[in-house]
Amino acid sequence: MKKTFLTGCLALALSMPAAALADELTIYSGRGEALVAPIIAQFEAETGIETNVRYAGTAELAALLHEEGAQSPADVFWAQDGGALGAVAPLFADLPGEVNAGVAEAFRNVNNKWAPTSGRSRVLVYSKERVQEADLPASITDLTDAKYKGRVAWAPTNGSFQAFVTAFRVAHGEDAAKAWLTGMIANDAKVYRNNGTQIEAIANGEVDFGLVNNYYLGGFLTRDADFPVAQTHFAAGDIGNLLNVAGAGVVAASDNQDNARKFIAYLLSETAQQYITLRGNEYPVIPGIIPNATLESFATVQEISPRIDIDQISDLDGTLALLRDVGLL
Amino acid sequence: MLLPPLYLVARAFEADPATLAEIVFRPRNLKLLFNTLALTACVLALTTLIALPMAWLVTRSDLRHKRFHAIMGVLPLAVPGYVMAYALIGLSGYYGFANHIFGIRLPRPEGLSGSAAALALYTFPYLFLNLRAALAGMDPGLEECARSLGRTPWRTFLTVVLPHLKPALLSGWLVIALYVLGDFGVIALMRYEVFSYAIFTQYAGAFDRVYAAWLSLMLMAVTGAFIMADAYLRGHRYARAGGGAARVAAPVPLGRFRPLAWLFLATIYLASLGLPLTVLLHWMAQPGPGLDAAEVALAFYRTASLALPAALLAICMALPVVYLTVRFPSPLASGLDRLIYLGYAVPPLAFALSMAFFALRTAPALYQSLPLLLFAYVTTFLALAVGPIRSRLLQIGPRYEEAARALGHGALSSFTLTALPLLRRSMVAGGLLVFIMVVKELPITFLLAPIGYRTLATTVFSRTSEGMLAEAAPYALMIVLFSSLFAGLILRHEGRR
Repeated sequence: MKKTFLTGCLALALSMPAAALADELTIYSGRGEALVAPIIAQFEAETGIETNVRYAGTAELAALLHEEGAQSPADVFWAQDGGALGAVAPLFADLPGEVNAGVAEAFRNVNNKWAPTSGRSRVLVYSKERVQEADLPASITDLTDAKYKGRVAWAPTNGSFQAFVTAFRVAHGEDAAKAWLTGMIANDAKVYRNNGTQIEAIANGEVDFGLVNNYYLGGFLTRDADFPVAQTHFAAGDIGNLLNVAGAGVVAASDNQDNARKFIAYLLSETAQQYITLRGNEYPVIPGIIPNATLESFATVQEISPRIDIDQISDLDGTLALLRDVGLL
Repeated sequence: MLLPPLYLVARAFEADPATLAEIVFRPRNLKLLFNTLALTACVLALTTLIALPMAWLVTRSDLRHKRFHAIMGVLPLAVPGYVMAYALIGLSGYYGFANHIFGIRLPRPEGLSGSAAALALYTFPYLFLNLRAALAGMDPGLEECARSLGRTPWRTFLTVVLPHLKPALLSGWLVIALYVLGDFGVIALMRYEVFSYAIFTQYAGAFDRVYAAWLSLMLMAVTGAFIMADAYLRGHRYARAGGGAARVAAPVPLGRFRPLAWLFLATIYLASLGLPLTVLLHWMAQPGPGLDAAEVALAFYRTASLALPAALLAICMALPVVYLTVRFPSPLASGLDRLIYLGYAVPPLAFALSMAFFALRTAPALYQSLPLLLFAYVTTFLALAVGPIRSRLLQIGPRYEEAARALGHGALSSFTLTALPLLRRSMVAGGLLVFIMVVKELPITFLLAPIGYRTLATTVFSRTSEGMLAEAAPYALMIVLFSSLFAGLILRHEGRR
C-alpha cells in the first residue's frame, strides 16, 4: 500500500506542467502575501495575465536570484527594501524611461533598473508611558547622550537600518558615522532583529526608544488603539528622517518581459498605490493619492527628510565593512 | 549528501585572499564558536534532564496511561521554533501572561538561557523517542542478572541500564546538537549570536554568499567534530543475557513517588505544549480576517502530500544504510553514515541554495519541482530516520538472522523475515520525526517548492513577515494539530500490534 501511494505521488509530481505559457507571469515576492496578494489578484482580473507567485524573505530570494542567474524562472522581483534592489540590480533588465520619470523625485531610480513601489520614512518610536515630550531628541546623534543610556533599541542587521547608515556616511562622512555607531554601542543600545521586535520591546518595557520605519506602528495600533507606543521624527533635515523605498524590477533572464513591465506599470497605477498607502501605511510614489490619515503628510516628511539621493546610498559593502569593524555584524 | 558542502566550498573560494583572511580570522568567529558550543551543551543537558526520566517513566514504571504520555512526549516537536520562543517571551514583560494573570513581572528570557530553554522544550522528543525505544527493547534479563548478583536498583540503573542506553543517548544528542547548530527561529528572537544567526545575517543584511559560505563551512567543521565525537564514544559492546525472546520488563512500582512523577510530567507538558498553545490562542483571539476553509484544506493537503512521501522515502533509504553500517562495519560504511549527518547539519538556507545551484546545472527541468523538493527533504532529514532504526538494530543483535541463515534462508530474506518485523516500531519513530520536520520546514520549502505551491508553514511565514501574527496563528495552530493528529494515529497503531 505504501509503495503504491509513493509511486502515485511521484507520478503526480512528474506530470506537473513545467513549461511556461505566454500569458503567465512569475513573481518572486519578498513582500508578504497578506499585504500584496489582493493587488496581484486585481492585476490578474484586469489584464487576464495569470500569475505565479513565490513568497519568501527578500534576502532569501535575492540570494536565490543570484544563484539562478540566467536560468531564473522569475519575471519580476518585488523586494521589501532598497538594499536588496541594489544587490540584485545587475540581474535586472532596464525599464522603459517613462516608468521612473512618473514617480516622485525623492524615490526615483536614476539608473532605471527598478521602480519604486512605495516610500517609507525612518522614525523614532518611543514609549508613551515612560518618555516625556521634553525628553525627545532633536537629532539621532543625541541618542549617544548619557540620558539615553540603555534605553534605545536598534536593529543593525536590518536592511532599512543599514541603508540609513549608508546615508549617514554619505551625509556626514565615515568618521562621523563610525563615531556615532561606537557612541551608541558605548551607550548600551540594545540589539533587536528587526523593526517589529523593537516596537514590541518598547511595549514590554525593555527599552524606551527604537529606530524603525514608519509603517510598523500602524499595524499595532489597528489591533489595539491603546498600544503604548508613539512615533515621531527628528528635527528637519536630520539624517534620522531618511526616506527609503520598496520596489520591483524586471528580471533580465525573463522570457516574459512584456508582462513583467505591465505588472510594474500596474503597481504604479492609482489603484495599487492607493491600496498600499491605506493598507500598508506607506507613502505613495505617484501624485494624486488620498493620503493615509494616520501618517504624517508626505509633504512634511519630504520637507524634513535629509537631502540625499537614493541612488547614492547604494554602497552597502562599505556600510557592512563599517558595521563589522565596530563589531555589530 | 556531498552536494551542499561542495557548493559551499565553490562559493567560499570566490573570495579574494585579502578579504578571506579578514573574514576567517576575525575574533568575532571565536565568540560565535564559543556561544554555539555553550548553547549546544546547555540544550543537551536540559533535554537529557527532561527526556531520560520521562522515557523511564513511560516504559519501566507502573504509571498508567502510558500511551497518552508517549504521545505527549512527542508532540512538542510539532511546535515551530519561533512559536516556542514567542511563548517564553510572552510570559514576561508588561504585557506578558505572568504580569497579566499573577502580577509578577518576570525578566525577559533572552540570550543563552532563553534560547537554551526554548530549544530544549521542543527538541527533547528526539531524545525521548530514542530512549523510549531503547528502554522498551532492552532485555530485562540483564538487569535481573545484576540484581540477583546483589546490586541495588539504583546501581543497576547506573552500571547496566545507562551504558546500554548509550547508542540511543548518543544518536538523540547528535540529532539535537545538529538541530541546535542549524536553528534560526529561536536564537533570532532570543537575540543570541551563534553561527546560524551570523550566517543568516550575511545572506539577509549583506546579500553576501561568500562570507555566508565561510561561516557555513566553519559550522560544518563543528558538526564534523560532533559526528566524530559521537562515533568515538559509541563503542561496540551491546549484549543480551541469553538467547531466545526477551520478556517484557516488570513495571517498577512508583509508590510514594507517584505524585512527584505526575508533577514532573505535568510541568513538562505545561511548558512544552501549554505555553505555545496559549500564545497561539492569544493571537487567534485578536481580530483578523476569517479563515478561508478551502485554502486551509488545500495547504493541509499539500503539506501532507509532501511530508508523507518524504517520511516513507527516508525510511526506505535509512534501512539499507543502517543495515550496512551495523552488520558490515567498514570505513566506507561508517563514512557513508557520517555523510548523512552532514546533510542534516548544513544550514537550511545554504542547503536550499546548493540544491538550486546543482539542479540548474544538471537537471534544469527538475528545478523547483516536487521530486527535487522531496529529494532535498530526504537528504536533509535522513539522519532523523537513521537514529532510531540503528539503535534498535544494534539491540536486536545478529542472532535471529543467523538462525534464519542456518535454516537455509538467504541474507536478504533472513533480514526481512526476522529483523525487519522487529524494526517496525523504530521505523515508525524515524518516519514520524521526518514527517514532523517536513511539516514545519521553511527555507527549503519556500525556495524549492513548485511556484504557488503553498504549505502550512509557508503560509504562516507569509503572514508573519509583515508582522501579521494574528493572521498566521490559525495556520501555526494547524501545523501543531496536524502533526499531533498524525503522531497520535501512528502511536495508536503501533500499540495495537
